[in-house]
Amino acid sequence: MTQALLAENLRKKYGRGDTAVTALDNVTISMDTGEVVALLGPSGAGKSTLLTALGLIRPPDSGRIVIDGKVIFDNGYRTDIRAFRRANLGFVFQKANLLPFLTARENVQLPMELDDVSNGKSRRRAMELLAQFGMEDRQSFKPSELSGGQQQRVAIARALANSPKLLFADEPTAALDSVMGRKVMEMMKRVAHDFQTSVLVVTHDTRALDVFDRILHMEDGRIREQ
Amino acid sequence: MNLALKDIRFKFGRFLLTTFGISLLLMVVMGMGGIYRGLIQEATLIIDRAGADIWVVQKDTKGPFAEVSKLPRSMEYRIAAMEGVESASAFVSHTVQRDFRGRVIRMTIQGLPDDGRWLPLLKGRPLREGHFEMLADKSAQLPLGTRIRLGKDTYEVVGITGQMNAPSGDAMVFVSLDDALAIQNDTPAEAIRAEREARVRRFDAMPYGSTSAEHAETLRSASSRPAALPGRRISAVLVKVQKGWNTEEVLQRIRELPDVSAYTADGERQIMLGGFVARSRRQIRLFRTILLIVSTVVMTLVLFMLTMDKLHDIAMLKLLGARNGVMVEMILTQALLIGCIAFGIARCLGQWAYPMFPRRVVLVTADLWLLFGIVVGVSILASVAGVVKAMLTDAGEVLS
Repeated sequence: MTQALLAENLRKKYGRGDTAVTALDNVTISMDTGEVVALLGPSGAGKSTLLTALGLIRPPDSGRIVIDGKVIFDNGYRTDIRAFRRANLGFVFQKANLLPFLTARENVQLPMELDDVSNGKSRRRAMELLAQFGMEDRQSFKPSELSGGQQQRVAIARALANSPKLLFADEPTAALDSVMGRKVMEMMKRVAHDFQTSVLVVTHDTRALDVFDRILHMEDGRIREQ
Repeated sequence: MNLALKDIRFKFGRFLLTTFGISLLLMVVMGMGGIYRGLIQEATLIIDRAGADIWVVQKDTKGPFAEVSKLPRSMEYRIAAMEGVESASAFVSHTVQRDFRGRVIRMTIQGLPDDGRWLPLLKGRPLREGHFEMLADKSAQLPLGTRIRLGKDTYEVVGITGQMNAPSGDAMVFVSLDDALAIQNDTPAEAIRAEREARVRRFDAMPYGSTSAEHAETLRSASSRPAALPGRRISAVLVKVQKGWNTEEVLQRIRELPDVSAYTADGERQIMLGGFVARSRRQIRLFRTILLIVSTVVMTLVLFMLTMDKLHDIAMLKLLGARNGVMVEMILTQALLIGCIAFGIARCLGQWAYPMFPRRVVLVTADLWLLFGIVVGVSILASVAGVVKAMLTDAGEVLS
């Protein structure tokens, strides 16, 4: 298996002086291609900070991030992170965060359109993705017309639109019931295997841990493997 | 995929209400500009329409609009006899207020040296008879055939003009020159009798031998008969300069007369704009400027708030890797659409509402283009504020 992600010695502090909080304390993490990893830990452990650092949303104070063999961060960004994010990373959150004025299909199409994929091509791919998640009959529905589970499925389809190398999910099942939560976790697993995408899921939900290849535990800004 | 249009369609009701609100504001701004132009047009309307090259008025006055001017009727003939003068005609203008069928009407009575064929007639015909016929402006609300008593005579409305208002905003009515003088100099019978009595008493007090029976008889007759008493007075004399003559030269010749002042048509216009309506003009211009500033602030705030409502979506777009241009285009398109559509609605609403205003509202194309430019500018300005906010938005906001 090839390495999809390598992050070394990530450090991040919030605040200054006596009130400073260390969110990431020399964190090192790696993921193989197609691997599904769960990141557990109590609130305030630094899970979301790690996710935003790896997802190139908010930079760490120091450290190094290599994605698909390319150095993206080395005590500073080394590339156009927005373009890189668009082409290589996908995100799923606790809330689906779909754009309310777009239909389910248009939401899935959007990342491709932003990447200058033609309308016809992006439309076909969006329909394929929605079909994979059983949402083809809801393609023209606005997010407000979909249930929470359906919205989350559309969000996963959107995250996969540009065939990302890495998919980051932050509490994707928190707003769902246990049955739907498990389904979503299984979808993550399927995504990783079918699309050869590495998936990092931050979760509190311990009911579906069996679907993960590896489980990491985070506390006080440090990671330990379970 | 046009995100701006899709967002508008999604929140169409709000978009419509916002646009309508801004259009009402713009209609007020547009209207204020129109009132300003209307004031200027009304002030100079009769000067422009009369087509005179020179206005001759009472010595050392700025008449006949800015202040009272009185000239003897004979002045018309004196001026007409001068070298370089093509024609001279008497000008009589005065305002009356009457109670008519339970309402108050104010009219500026204008004496016509001709039948008024040159006036913008909407209905009816020009004057045909020398007396007791009247052309009334539509704003006087006197329908064709209306008979109204002015002075000792009754006048019938035979024609309706459009957009003929005096500098004061009152409706203009046009009668023959003699009728205008008769209305202006109307004196109650009792006053005439008292005046004649006073004349006779003065005569009786004169030493015996310095008077004659014929003189006594003349003093007992109409006011116009005794030579020492002034006749009816006109307001001004309108002069047309002969072809081949320089207006300035004729003006200087007229100014040499010891009992008159004379101005070119442009000079008369300047008297009106610089004095008579200057304060109103300044006030409206100032108010219009304030209104424009208020509109700019309101529009900027409204458009900025619309952007603020979208910050979460913008953060999501950033997270998905959208280029800055996508957000800029989205915000700018919406702001420009709101501004331009609001301007269009304001123009249509104004076209419907302004004719109902009591005073004239004149929309000048150049003013409308200027306002349109300002609206586009304000929309862009408001977008800049929104775009700056959008650019500062962190993609991580999606997580919060």
